[in-house]
Amino acid sequence: MMEQNEVLLEIRHLKKEYNSHTVFRDFSFQVHKGEVVVIIGPSGCGKSTLLRCINGLEPIQGGEILLDGKRVDPRDKSITQVRQKIGMVFQSYDLFPHKTVLENIALAPVIVQKRQKGEVQEEAVRLLERVGLADRKNDFPRQLSGGQKQRVAIVRALCMHPEILLLDEITAALDPEMVREVLDVVLKLAKTGCTMLIVTHEMAFARAIADRILFLDNGEPVEISSDPRQFFEQPQSRRAQLFLQTFTYG
Amino acid sequence: MNADILIQYLPLYRDALYLTWKIGWLGIALAFLLGVWCAVMCHLHVPILARLSRIYIEVFRNTPLLVQLFFLYFALPKLGLRVSAQVCGVLGLGLLGGAYMAESLRSGLESVAPIQTESALSLGMTREAAFFHVILPQAVSVSVPGLVANVIFLLKETSVFSTISLMDLMFTAKDLIGMYAKTIECLFLLVVFYLIMLLPVSVLGSFIERKVRHAEFGD
Repeated sequence: MMEQNEVLLEIRHLKKEYNSHTVFRDFSFQVHKGEVVVIIGPSGCGKSTLLRCINGLEPIQGGEILLDGKRVDPRDKSITQVRQKIGMVFQSYDLFPHKTVLENIALAPVIVQKRQKGEVQEEAVRLLERVGLADRKNDFPRQLSGGQKQRVAIVRALCMHPEILLLDEITAALDPEMVREVLDVVLKLAKTGCTMLIVTHEMAFARAIADRILFLDNGEPVEISSDPRQFFEQPQSRRAQLFLQTFTYG
Repeated sequence: MNADILIQYLPLYRDALYLTWKIGWLGIALAFLLGVWCAVMCHLHVPILARLSRIYIEVFRNTPLLVQLFFLYFALPKLGLRVSAQVCGVLGLGLLGGAYMAESLRSGLESVAPIQTESALSLGMTREAAFFHVILPQAVSVSVPGLVANVIFLLKETSVFSTISLMDLMFTAKDLIGMYAKTIECLFLLVVFYLIMLLPVSVLGSFIERKVRHAEFGD
Protein backbone atom coordinates (compact mmCIF):
# COMPACT_ATOMS: atom_id res chain seq x y z
CA MET A 1 0.00 0.00 0.00
CA MET A 2 2.93 2.33 0.53
CA GLU A 3 5.31 1.17 -2.18
CA GLN A 4 5.62 4.72 -3.42
CA ASN A 5 7.47 5.81 -0.29
CA GLU A 6 11.24 6.02 -0.20
CA VAL A 7 13.37 3.15 1.00
CA LEU A 8 14.31 3.47 4.68
CA LEU A 9 16.11 0.22 5.30
CA GLU A 10 18.06 -1.62 2.70
CA ILE A 11 19.73 -4.99 3.14
CA ARG A 12 22.10 -5.93 0.33
CA HIS A 13 23.58 -9.40 -0.09
CA LEU A 14 23.70 -10.04 3.64
CA LYS A 15 25.89 -12.94 4.65
CA LYS A 16 25.80 -14.10 8.23
CA GLU A 17 27.35 -17.18 9.73
CA TYR A 18 28.07 -18.52 13.20
CA ASN A 19 31.30 -20.49 13.05
CA SER A 20 30.44 -23.11 10.48
CA HIS A 21 26.68 -22.59 10.46
CA THR A 22 25.40 -20.26 7.76
CA VAL A 23 22.23 -18.34 8.60
CA PHE A 24 22.09 -16.03 5.56
CA ARG A 25 23.97 -16.80 2.37
CA ASP A 26 22.94 -13.87 0.20
CA PHE A 27 19.92 -12.06 1.55
CA SER A 28 18.53 -8.80 0.19
CA PHE A 29 15.45 -6.90 1.30
CA GLN A 30 14.05 -3.39 1.48
CA VAL A 31 11.72 -1.69 3.91
CA HIS A 32 9.98 1.53 2.90
CA LYS A 33 9.15 4.45 5.13
CA GLY A 34 5.89 3.94 7.01
CA GLU A 35 5.70 0.29 6.13
CA VAL A 36 4.91 -2.54 8.54
CA VAL A 37 6.68 -5.75 7.57
CA VAL A 38 5.99 -8.91 9.49
CA ILE A 39 8.58 -11.67 9.36
CA ILE A 40 7.36 -15.18 9.99
CA GLY A 41 8.90 -18.57 9.60
CA PRO A 42 9.89 -21.69 11.50
CA SER A 43 12.19 -21.32 14.49
CA GLY A 44 15.84 -21.20 13.58
CA CYS A 45 15.13 -19.68 10.18
CA GLY A 46 17.02 -16.50 11.02
CA LYS A 47 14.21 -14.09 11.99
CA SER A 48 15.77 -12.89 15.23
CA THR A 49 19.26 -12.97 13.76
CA LEU A 50 18.07 -10.65 11.01
CA LEU A 51 16.79 -8.08 13.51
CA ARG A 52 20.00 -8.35 15.52
CA CYS A 53 22.08 -7.76 12.40
CA ILE A 54 20.01 -4.72 11.48
CA ASN A 55 20.69 -3.27 14.92
CA GLY A 56 24.40 -4.06 14.70
CA LEU A 57 24.29 -6.48 17.60
CA GLU A 58 25.77 -9.17 15.38
CA PRO A 59 28.84 -8.83 13.18
CA ILE A 60 28.06 -9.76 9.57
CA GLN A 61 30.35 -11.62 7.22
CA GLY A 62 29.33 -10.01 3.98
CA GLY A 63 27.02 -7.56 2.26
CA GLU A 64 25.75 -4.40 3.87
CA ILE A 65 22.84 -2.97 5.77
CA LEU A 66 21.87 0.65 5.14
CA LEU A 67 19.50 2.75 7.19
CA ASP A 68 18.63 6.01 5.47
CA GLY A 69 21.73 5.48 3.35
CA LYS A 70 24.02 5.09 6.38
CA ARG A 71 25.88 1.85 6.96
CA VAL A 72 25.18 -0.24 10.02
CA ASP A 73 28.61 -1.45 11.10
CA PRO A 74 29.07 -2.76 14.65
CA ARG A 75 32.81 -2.15 14.48
CA ASP A 76 32.49 1.51 13.54
CA LYS A 77 32.06 4.41 15.96
CA SER A 78 29.01 5.58 13.98
CA ILE A 79 27.05 2.56 15.23
CA THR A 80 25.74 4.46 18.26
CA GLN A 81 24.38 7.15 15.93
CA VAL A 82 22.65 4.59 13.74
CA ARG A 83 21.24 2.68 16.71
CA GLN A 84 19.54 5.82 17.99
CA LYS A 85 17.39 5.69 14.88
CA ILE A 86 16.53 2.03 15.40
CA GLY A 87 14.26 1.15 18.27
CA MET A 88 14.41 -2.45 19.39
CA VAL A 89 12.15 -4.37 21.73
CA PHE A 90 13.21 -7.83 22.87
CA GLN A 91 11.20 -10.90 23.80
CA SER A 92 12.28 -10.69 27.45
CA TYR A 93 11.57 -6.90 27.81
CA ASP A 94 14.97 -6.30 29.44
CA LEU A 95 14.08 -3.21 31.35
CA PHE A 96 16.82 -2.03 33.70
CA PRO A 97 15.81 -3.57 37.04
CA HIS A 98 17.56 -0.97 39.18
CA LYS A 99 15.69 1.94 37.64
CA THR A 100 12.06 3.04 37.84
CA VAL A 101 9.79 3.01 34.80
CA LEU A 102 10.41 6.72 34.22
CA GLU A 103 14.19 6.37 34.66
CA ASN A 104 14.22 3.41 32.29
CA ILE A 105 12.59 5.52 29.60
CA ALA A 106 14.52 8.76 30.21
CA LEU A 107 18.02 7.30 30.65
CA ALA A 108 19.06 7.00 27.01
CA PRO A 109 17.45 10.25 25.74
CA VAL A 110 19.28 12.13 28.50
CA ILE A 111 22.73 10.54 28.38
CA VAL A 112 22.83 9.65 24.68
CA GLN A 113 20.88 12.46 23.03
CA LYS A 114 21.76 15.04 25.74
CA ARG A 115 18.17 16.18 25.99
CA GLN A 116 16.80 18.04 29.01
CA LYS A 117 15.67 15.69 31.75
CA GLY A 118 12.44 17.60 32.42
CA GLU A 119 11.42 17.66 28.80
CA VAL A 120 12.18 13.94 28.35
CA GLN A 121 10.21 13.02 31.44
CA GLU A 122 7.20 15.00 30.22
CA GLU A 123 7.32 13.17 26.93
CA ALA A 124 7.77 9.86 28.75
CA VAL A 125 4.64 10.48 30.80
CA ARG A 126 2.69 11.40 27.65
CA LEU A 127 3.81 8.17 26.00
CA LEU A 128 3.01 6.17 29.12
CA GLU A 129 -0.49 7.64 29.06
CA ARG A 130 -0.91 6.37 25.53
CA VAL A 131 -0.15 2.82 26.68
CA GLY A 132 -2.22 3.23 29.85
CA LEU A 133 0.65 3.14 32.33
CA ALA A 134 1.10 6.75 33.46
CA ASP A 135 0.21 5.81 37.03
CA ARG A 136 3.05 3.26 37.16
CA LYS A 137 5.82 5.69 36.28
CA ASN A 138 7.54 5.48 39.66
CA ASP A 139 7.32 1.71 40.00
CA PHE A 140 10.25 -0.62 39.53
CA PRO A 141 10.07 -3.20 36.73
CA ARG A 142 9.67 -6.06 39.21
CA GLN A 143 6.37 -4.51 40.35
CA LEU A 144 4.89 -4.80 36.85
CA SER A 145 3.30 -7.68 35.00
CA GLY A 146 4.93 -9.04 31.85
CA GLY A 147 2.51 -7.19 29.60
CA GLN A 148 3.11 -3.92 31.43
CA LYS A 149 6.88 -4.39 31.25
CA GLN A 150 6.66 -4.97 27.54
CA ARG A 151 4.59 -1.82 27.06
CA VAL A 152 7.20 0.14 29.02
CA ALA A 153 9.92 -1.38 26.81
CA ILE A 154 8.03 -0.13 23.74
CA VAL A 155 7.75 3.35 25.23
CA ARG A 156 11.45 3.27 26.11
CA ALA A 157 12.26 2.59 22.46
CA LEU A 158 9.79 5.23 21.20
CA CYS A 159 11.15 7.96 23.44
CA MET A 160 14.35 7.93 21.37
CA HIS A 161 12.25 8.95 18.32
CA PRO A 162 13.49 6.06 16.18
CA GLU A 163 12.86 5.95 12.46
CA ILE A 164 12.18 2.25 12.55
CA LEU A 165 11.05 -0.11 15.27
CA LEU A 166 12.25 -3.73 15.45
CA LEU A 167 10.01 -5.98 17.51
CA ASP A 168 11.49 -9.38 18.27
CA GLU A 169 8.77 -11.82 19.37
CA ILE A 170 7.58 -9.33 21.91
CA THR A 171 4.63 -11.43 23.07
CA ALA A 172 6.36 -14.82 23.12
CA ALA A 173 7.18 -14.66 26.83
CA LEU A 174 3.77 -13.36 27.92
CA ASP A 175 0.80 -15.10 29.44
CA PRO A 176 -1.99 -15.35 26.85
CA GLU A 177 -4.24 -12.80 28.54
CA MET A 178 -1.50 -10.17 28.35
CA VAL A 179 -0.72 -10.63 24.69
CA ARG A 180 -3.67 -8.51 23.62
CA GLU A 181 -2.76 -5.39 25.61
CA VAL A 182 0.70 -5.35 24.04
CA LEU A 183 -0.47 -6.03 20.51
CA ASP A 184 -3.11 -3.29 20.79
CA VAL A 185 -0.31 -0.83 21.48
CA VAL A 186 1.57 -2.01 18.40
CA LEU A 187 -1.57 -1.77 16.26
CA LYS A 188 -2.09 1.82 17.41
CA LEU A 189 1.53 2.59 16.52
CA ALA A 190 1.08 1.16 13.06
CA LYS A 191 -1.83 3.55 12.48
CA THR A 192 0.41 6.52 13.26
CA GLY A 193 2.65 5.56 10.34
CA CYS A 194 5.50 4.12 12.38
CA THR A 195 7.84 1.98 10.29
CA MET A 196 8.10 -1.46 11.84
CA LEU A 197 9.79 -4.77 11.30
CA ILE A 198 8.04 -7.36 13.39
CA VAL A 199 8.95 -10.95 14.18
CA THR A 200 5.98 -12.80 15.62
CA HIS A 201 4.21 -16.12 15.96
CA GLU A 202 0.81 -14.46 16.42
CA MET A 203 -0.65 -15.18 13.00
CA ALA A 204 -3.92 -13.31 13.48
CA PHE A 205 -1.95 -10.27 14.58
CA ALA A 206 0.44 -10.56 11.65
CA ARG A 207 -2.48 -10.66 9.27
CA ALA A 208 -4.12 -7.62 10.86
CA ILE A 209 -1.07 -5.39 11.01
CA ALA A 210 1.17 -6.30 8.08
CA ASP A 211 1.56 -4.28 4.91
CA ARG A 212 3.90 -6.98 3.74
CA ILE A 213 4.72 -10.48 4.92
CA LEU A 214 8.22 -11.87 4.65
CA PHE A 215 8.25 -15.64 5.01
CA LEU A 216 11.73 -16.84 5.87
CA ASP A 217 13.01 -20.38 5.83
CA ASN A 218 16.65 -21.37 6.18
CA GLY A 219 17.72 -17.79 5.71
CA GLU A 220 15.94 -17.48 2.37
CA PRO A 221 13.00 -15.18 1.60
CA VAL A 222 10.78 -18.01 0.42
CA GLU A 223 7.71 -15.85 -0.03
CA ILE A 224 7.16 -12.11 0.09
CA SER A 225 3.58 -10.99 -0.07
CA SER A 226 2.09 -7.52 -0.08
CA ASP A 227 -1.35 -9.03 0.40
CA PRO A 228 -1.37 -10.58 3.89
CA ARG A 229 -4.91 -11.89 3.52
CA GLN A 230 -4.02 -13.78 0.42
CA PHE A 231 -0.81 -15.06 1.98
CA PHE A 232 -2.61 -16.57 4.93
CA GLU A 233 -5.46 -18.01 2.89
CA GLN A 234 -3.54 -19.19 -0.16
CA PRO A 235 0.18 -19.20 0.39
CA GLN A 236 2.01 -19.68 -2.89
CA SER A 237 5.01 -21.68 -1.73
CA ARG A 238 4.88 -25.25 -0.49
CA ARG A 239 6.98 -24.40 2.57
CA ALA A 240 4.68 -21.58 3.63
CA GLN A 241 1.70 -23.88 3.22
CA LEU A 242 3.28 -26.49 5.46
CA PHE A 243 4.28 -23.89 8.02
CA LEU A 244 0.82 -22.32 8.20
CA GLN A 245 -0.82 -25.73 8.53
CA THR A 246 0.93 -26.21 11.87
CA PHE A 247 -1.17 -23.36 13.27
CA THR A 248 -4.51 -24.96 12.48
CA TYR A 249 -6.14 -27.79 14.41
CA GLY A 250 -8.68 -30.42 13.58
CA MET B 1 39.16 -8.07 87.35
CA ASN B 2 40.19 -4.67 88.60
CA ALA B 3 38.07 -1.71 87.51
CA ASP B 4 40.77 0.84 88.31
CA ILE B 5 43.13 -0.84 85.89
CA LEU B 6 40.47 -0.87 83.18
CA ILE B 7 39.96 2.86 83.59
CA GLN B 8 43.67 3.47 83.70
CA TYR B 9 44.25 1.60 80.41
CA LEU B 10 41.25 3.07 78.66
CA PRO B 11 43.06 6.06 77.02
CA LEU B 12 45.72 3.74 75.61
CA TYR B 13 43.09 1.55 74.01
CA ARG B 14 41.25 4.59 72.75
CA ASP B 15 44.35 5.83 70.94
CA ALA B 16 44.98 2.37 69.58
CA LEU B 17 41.38 2.16 68.37
CA TYR B 18 41.77 5.47 66.58
CA LEU B 19 44.92 4.29 64.81
CA THR B 20 43.43 0.91 63.90
CA TRP B 21 40.29 2.58 62.65
CA LYS B 22 42.21 5.11 60.57
CA ILE B 23 44.53 2.61 58.90
CA GLY B 24 41.72 0.13 58.52
CA TRP B 25 39.46 2.50 56.58
CA LEU B 26 42.24 3.98 54.51
CA GLY B 27 43.22 0.45 53.55
CA ILE B 28 39.61 -0.45 52.76
CA ALA B 29 39.20 2.65 50.59
CA LEU B 30 42.31 1.66 48.67
CA ALA B 31 41.03 -1.93 48.46
CA PHE B 32 37.72 -0.76 47.02
CA LEU B 33 39.36 1.39 44.35
CA LEU B 34 41.73 -1.39 43.38
CA GLY B 35 38.90 -3.91 43.41
CA VAL B 36 36.63 -1.87 41.13
CA TRP B 37 39.51 -1.17 38.78
CA CYS B 38 40.58 -4.80 38.49
CA ALA B 39 37.03 -6.10 38.18
CA VAL B 40 36.29 -3.60 35.39
CA MET B 41 39.52 -4.45 33.54
CA CYS B 42 38.78 -8.17 33.75
CA HIS B 43 35.13 -7.77 32.81
CA LEU B 44 35.82 -5.63 29.75
CA HIS B 45 38.74 -7.91 28.77
CA VAL B 46 41.09 -4.96 28.37
CA PRO B 47 44.24 -6.37 26.79
CA ILE B 48 47.29 -6.69 29.09
CA LEU B 49 45.57 -4.85 31.98
CA ALA B 50 43.05 -7.65 32.43
CA ARG B 51 45.90 -10.17 32.51
CA LEU B 52 47.86 -8.08 35.03
CA SER B 53 44.77 -7.70 37.22
CA ARG B 54 44.28 -11.46 37.19
CA ILE B 55 47.87 -12.06 38.28
CA TYR B 56 47.61 -9.46 41.03
CA ILE B 57 44.35 -10.98 42.32
CA GLU B 58 45.76 -14.51 42.47
CA VAL B 59 49.03 -13.44 44.13
CA PHE B 60 47.39 -11.42 46.88
CA ARG B 61 44.46 -13.74 47.50
CA ASN B 62 46.78 -16.68 47.94
CA THR B 63 49.37 -15.21 50.30
CA PRO B 64 48.72 -14.31 53.97
CA LEU B 65 48.54 -10.66 55.00
CA LEU B 66 51.33 -11.32 57.49
CA VAL B 67 53.68 -12.32 54.68
CA GLN B 68 52.63 -9.34 52.57
CA LEU B 69 53.28 -6.96 55.46
CA PHE B 70 56.68 -8.50 56.20
CA PHE B 71 57.55 -8.08 52.56
CA LEU B 72 56.51 -4.42 52.52
CA TYR B 73 58.09 -3.62 55.89
CA PHE B 74 61.31 -5.64 55.88
CA ALA B 75 62.09 -6.48 52.25
CA LEU B 76 61.31 -3.17 50.53
CA PRO B 77 63.90 -1.19 52.57
CA LYS B 78 66.53 -3.69 51.39
CA LEU B 79 65.56 -2.70 47.85
CA GLY B 80 66.00 0.93 48.77
CA LEU B 81 62.32 1.75 49.36
CA ARG B 82 61.72 2.90 52.92
CA VAL B 83 58.10 3.27 53.95
CA SER B 84 56.65 3.96 57.39
CA ALA B 85 54.79 1.28 59.32
CA GLN B 86 51.51 3.13 58.84
CA VAL B 87 51.93 3.36 55.09
CA CYS B 88 52.86 -0.33 55.05
CA GLY B 89 49.67 -1.09 56.95
CA VAL B 90 47.47 0.84 54.54
CA LEU B 91 49.23 -0.60 51.51
CA GLY B 92 49.17 -4.17 52.82
CA LEU B 93 45.50 -4.04 53.74
CA GLY B 94 44.62 -2.26 50.48
CA LEU B 95 46.45 -4.76 48.31
CA LEU B 96 45.02 -7.80 50.08
CA GLY B 97 41.54 -6.27 50.19
CA GLY B 98 41.68 -5.19 46.55
CA ALA B 99 42.01 -8.80 45.47
CA TYR B 100 39.00 -9.83 47.57
CA MET B 101 36.89 -6.86 46.49
CA ALA B 102 37.69 -7.58 42.83
CA GLU B 103 36.49 -11.16 43.22
CA SER B 104 33.23 -10.09 44.90
CA LEU B 105 32.56 -7.54 42.19
CA ARG B 106 33.45 -9.99 39.44
CA SER B 107 30.78 -12.41 40.59
CA GLY B 108 28.33 -9.51 40.65
CA LEU B 109 29.25 -8.48 37.12
CA GLU B 110 28.86 -12.04 35.90
CA SER B 111 25.38 -12.23 37.37
CA VAL B 112 24.08 -9.46 35.08
CA ALA B 113 22.60 -11.01 31.93
CA PRO B 114 24.40 -10.07 28.68
CA ILE B 115 21.10 -8.96 27.18
CA GLN B 116 21.11 -6.02 29.58
CA THR B 117 24.15 -4.74 27.71
CA GLU B 118 22.47 -5.37 24.36
CA SER B 119 19.36 -3.63 25.53
CA ALA B 120 21.44 -0.58 26.51
CA LEU B 121 23.44 -0.68 23.27
CA SER B 122 20.27 -0.86 21.21
CA LEU B 123 19.25 2.46 22.78
CA GLY B 124 22.35 4.02 21.29
CA MET B 125 24.55 3.92 24.38
CA THR B 126 28.27 3.42 23.99
CA ARG B 127 29.81 0.33 25.62
CA GLU B 128 31.17 2.54 28.39
CA ALA B 129 27.82 4.21 29.09
CA ALA B 130 26.09 0.83 29.10
CA PHE B 131 28.65 -0.46 31.57
CA PHE B 132 28.57 2.44 34.01
CA HIS B 133 24.83 3.22 33.88
CA VAL B 134 23.35 -0.25 33.47
CA ILE B 135 25.75 -3.07 34.34
CA LEU B 136 27.87 -1.73 37.20
CA PRO B 137 25.00 -0.51 39.43
CA GLN B 138 23.32 -3.91 39.17
CA ALA B 139 26.58 -5.72 39.80
CA VAL B 140 27.35 -3.63 42.88
CA SER B 141 23.94 -4.29 44.38
CA VAL B 142 24.44 -8.03 43.90
CA SER B 143 27.95 -7.78 45.34
CA VAL B 144 27.00 -5.83 48.46
CA PRO B 145 26.83 -8.81 50.87
CA GLY B 146 30.27 -9.93 49.69
CA LEU B 147 31.71 -6.42 49.91
CA VAL B 148 30.38 -5.92 53.43
CA ALA B 149 31.83 -9.27 54.51
CA ASN B 150 35.18 -8.14 53.04
CA VAL B 151 35.09 -4.88 54.99
CA ILE B 152 34.54 -6.73 58.27
CA PHE B 153 37.20 -9.28 57.41
CA LEU B 154 39.72 -6.53 56.58
CA LEU B 155 39.03 -4.61 59.77
CA LYS B 156 39.74 -7.78 61.75
CA GLU B 157 42.88 -8.45 59.74
CA THR B 158 44.31 -5.20 61.12
CA SER B 159 45.29 -7.23 64.20
CA VAL B 160 48.27 -8.46 62.15
CA PHE B 161 49.63 -4.90 62.14
CA SER B 162 51.10 -5.44 65.60
CA THR B 163 53.84 -7.53 63.96
CA ILE B 164 55.27 -4.49 62.20
CA SER B 165 55.18 -2.42 65.41
CA LEU B 166 52.04 -0.44 64.60
CA MET B 167 50.42 0.60 67.88
CA ASP B 168 47.07 -0.92 67.03
CA LEU B 169 44.69 -2.61 69.48
CA MET B 170 46.45 -5.96 69.36
CA PHE B 171 49.88 -4.37 69.84
CA THR B 172 48.67 -2.29 72.78
CA ALA B 173 47.18 -5.32 74.51
CA LYS B 174 50.26 -7.49 74.02
CA ASP B 175 52.51 -4.64 75.13
CA LEU B 176 50.56 -4.00 78.33
CA ILE B 177 50.41 -7.69 79.17
CA GLY B 178 54.14 -7.95 78.66
CA MET B 179 54.85 -5.00 80.93
CA TYR B 180 52.29 -5.34 83.74
CA ALA B 181 50.89 -8.87 83.39
CA LYS B 182 47.29 -7.74 83.88
CA THR B 183 46.23 -10.36 81.39
CA ILE B 184 42.50 -10.56 82.12
CA GLU B 185 41.89 -6.81 82.05
CA CYS B 186 43.95 -6.31 78.91
CA LEU B 187 42.23 -9.08 76.98
CA PHE B 188 38.81 -7.98 78.19
CA LEU B 189 39.44 -4.46 76.92
CA LEU B 190 40.78 -5.88 73.67
CA VAL B 191 37.56 -7.79 73.00
CA VAL B 192 35.41 -4.80 73.97
CA PHE B 193 37.31 -2.45 71.68
CA TYR B 194 37.16 -4.80 68.71
CA LEU B 195 33.42 -5.03 69.25
CA ILE B 196 33.16 -1.22 69.46
CA MET B 197 34.95 -1.05 66.14
CA LEU B 198 33.08 -3.82 64.33
CA LEU B 199 29.52 -4.03 65.66
CA PRO B 200 28.41 -0.72 64.10
CA VAL B 201 29.91 -1.82 60.79
CA SER B 202 27.98 -5.11 60.92
CA VAL B 203 24.72 -3.37 61.74
CA LEU B 204 25.22 -0.74 59.04
CA GLY B 205 26.20 -3.52 56.63
CA SER B 206 22.97 -5.45 57.12
CA PHE B 207 21.03 -2.21 56.76
CA ILE B 208 22.68 -1.48 53.41
CA GLU B 209 22.12 -5.06 52.28
CA ARG B 210 18.40 -4.70 52.97
CA LYS B 211 18.30 -1.36 51.16
CA VAL B 212 19.96 -2.51 47.96
CA ARG B 213 17.85 -5.63 47.78
CA HIS B 214 15.12 -3.32 46.48
CA ALA B 215 17.26 -2.49 43.52
CA GLU B 216 17.75 -6.10 42.64
CA PHE B 217 16.15 -8.09 39.86
CA GLY B 218 12.77 -9.61 40.30
CA ASP B 219 10.91 -10.67 37.25
